Amino acid sequence: MTSSAKSSRPRTRHTGAAAVALTAAAALLAGCSSDDTSDNPLAGEKAETGTVVVGSNNFAESTLLADIYGEALRAKGLKVSYKHNIGSRETTYGLMKNGSITVLPEYNGSLLAYLDPEAGQESAQAVNEAVKAKLDKKLTLLESSPAEDKDSVSVNAATAKKYGLTAESTLADLKDIAPDLVIGGSPEFQTRQQGLKGLESVYGLKFKSFKALDAGGPLTQAALAENEVQAADVFTTDPTIVKEKFVVLKDPENLFGFANVTPLVHKEGLPQEGVDALNAVSAKLDTETLLDLDAQIQLEKKDPLDVAKAWLKSAGLD
Amino acid sequence: MSGFFDIPSDLQHSWTGLIGLHMREALLPVAAGLLLALPLAQLCGRFRWLYPPVLGVTTVLYAIPSLAFFVVLIDYTGQTELTVMIPLALYSLVVLVPAIVDGVRSVPDETLAAATAMGFGPVRRYLQVQLPIAAPAIIAGLRVATASSISLVSVGALIGNQGALGNLLAAAQKYDRPELAVNAVVTMAVLAILCDALLVLLRILVTPWMPRGTRPRPAARREEISPEGAVR
Amino acid sequence: MNVLNFVNAFFSDASHWQGYDGIPQRFWEHVQYSVLALALATAIGLPVGLLTGHTGRGGNALAFIANAARALPSFGLLVLAVLLIGFGLLPVMIPLVVLAIPPILVTTYEAVRSVDPAPVDAARGMGMHESRILFQVEVPVALPLILSGLRSAAIQIVSTATIAAYVSLGGLGRYIIDGLYQRDYEKVVGGATLVAVLALATLALFWAAGRLAVSPGVRRR
Repeated sequence: MTSSAKSSRPRTRHTGAAAVALTAAAALLAGCSSDDTSDNPLAGEKAETGTVVVGSNNFAESTLLADIYGEALRAKGLKVSYKHNIGSRETTYGLMKNGSITVLPEYNGSLLAYLDPEAGQESAQAVNEAVKAKLDKKLTLLESSPAEDKDSVSVNAATAKKYGLTAESTLADLKDIAPDLVIGGSPEFQTRQQGLKGLESVYGLKFKSFKALDAGGPLTQAALAENEVQAADVFTTDPTIVKEKFVVLKDPENLFGFANVTPLVHKEGLPQEGVDALNAVSAKLDTETLLDLDAQIQLEKKDPLDVAKAWLKSAGLD
Repeated sequence: MSGFFDIPSDLQHSWTGLIGLHMREALLPVAAGLLLALPLAQLCGRFRWLYPPVLGVTTVLYAIPSLAFFVVLIDYTGQTELTVMIPLALYSLVVLVPAIVDGVRSVPDETLAAATAMGFGPVRRYLQVQLPIAAPAIIAGLRVATASSISLVSVGALIGNQGALGNLLAAAQKYDRPELAVNAVVTMAVLAILCDALLVLLRILVTPWMPRGTRPRPAARREEISPEGAVR
Repeated sequence: MNVLNFVNAFFSDASHWQGYDGIPQRFWEHVQYSVLALALATAIGLPVGLLTGHTGRGGNALAFIANAARALPSFGLLVLAVLLIGFGLLPVMIPLVVLAIPPILVTTYEAVRSVDPAPVDAARGMGMHESRILFQVEVPVALPLILSGLRSAAIQIVSTATIAAYVSLGGLGRYIIDGLYQRDYEKVVGGATLVAVLALATLALFWAAGRLAVSPGVRRR
């Protein structure tokens, strides 16, 4: 469209130095960017042999649990590195399979629903057996803890009042109401069995629309509190349930099944003392503890690693 | 535990560590883009028919959002810095090729003829005459590419803590700590302004014949015509 | 992995064509965000650029503002705006408008500044009013460059509007973000294709606008 500014440019005779300077510019750019001495980007995926890589999903509780596992392993003298905030299970499971992660905090029933959407969930023990049968051969579950954190469909106080929903109401009671409600949850909630799919197939619920938020995090809490959505996937250990008077709907068909905190492990990467250390953590971790630790992070804004270390110390696992 | 500089432990870096990481993730791609753009632009200058298709392909590449690039690259390069840096290098290339081609083309024919008459071969003429005269246009392109790159790195936070200072944004969201987002935005803006100032300084140094001041007259117009930095 | 297979699978799935998460709806949302952001940025950038360009004053201040705005990271502004303001369209408009103002502002200024002073002086000598000089002499000549600034802003908005999906809004970014978390490459690639198509359509639109609006005498320079 425009012709080049041919005649307006000052003439030059000899500018060899400038060419050198320009090359220096490139070198300067490269130089000032290599000030960080840590790992080579290509080496990022594969862990050093002998190092246990503890991963976490993209929500605060997962970070906390990964910190607890990692620090418990460190206390036993193992070399530990972290890979935090990776994403959803859909991503982390693949990284577990290929060995990029050695240990990941999981929820037994949720993992089963991912591996086999059709599977029934009668007891925690049966769930663990079913998961182990379905898991990739390189992976296994360790002992489950009594601590449970389920997905749930919760409605906000205004919606509960409007439709007369109480703590005794069930998901089945939503059948006629659902077409008026916008439901929120993580993007993956939209395509999961323990999500929109199961809500429709098990309870016959068809919501007005789905709003993608985060995995039970502040975005979900705010959207539900501000009535951007009327129902949402809220984690049962979420301290905002009490704070915002959300109503958690009962799940008589057990769609959300069991969700006991359980370490998922890449067998080759974790020596026996590591297995023992994680089983010791599971033995001590109950739902009440998890609620308390989550509240420290979400309400008191403490750092997950500090919370993890303090709890390990109090539990005598450090 | 909720101060401006209290970086959550799961980012595994101090504030200064994040800055170092950010600069590496942002500037290495620009450098790589420049290294690729120079020969490509030279080819486009030599074979004029090549320029329109190259421009077309780069325009399409530029229209693809960075996040989509990251997600698709995960399968090949994993959730690593490299996955973030490859698209950024491509975007830099897209900005730099037209900047260099236009810069080199704007060298007056008489100047080239004079250089040839002085016995300069094509290589020497390119290095000692064309490139230096094109320097203001190239640096204008570098300024755009650098600002864009510094901003785009932060989107890497979405593929698992690969966004350096951008990870602070994800953390701000995850822990509901707005002060971390303020920290991230301000730090990235300051880094972008500092890098920009360095490039302006570089231009003044390599083009001593040009009038000083922040904007080179003929080159400034070029800068605005080429596609600018965007965050997708 | 074959990208074209994903594109094909995405577009041939009938369920992708209907409902609140269907392609028409998401495409329309994306267009709405983009047009609104471009309109807001133009409403701010164009008058200021024309005025400063015409008077020739404030060029340095303008360059400073544009450089500062360019330094602000869009993704960061988005997250910050959502944390401070909450849900809705406003927090998404902030980063998009901040992104689009510099190219519009600076290009308009440069375009008006670079108009050949001879016809401008002639117009002034004929006793034309300053506003008529601006709109009847300077703007027609500067139009190709002004349009190129708007075009550059529009392309950036179209591709950047994808990040709105990170904070729960719609638009084509929905497919990319959802695809990332659902590990569904079909969606990611399909969404990216749609964004690229929209960007190229925007280019075509500006090309057509240039053909229509720019006077033939100016076009063949």
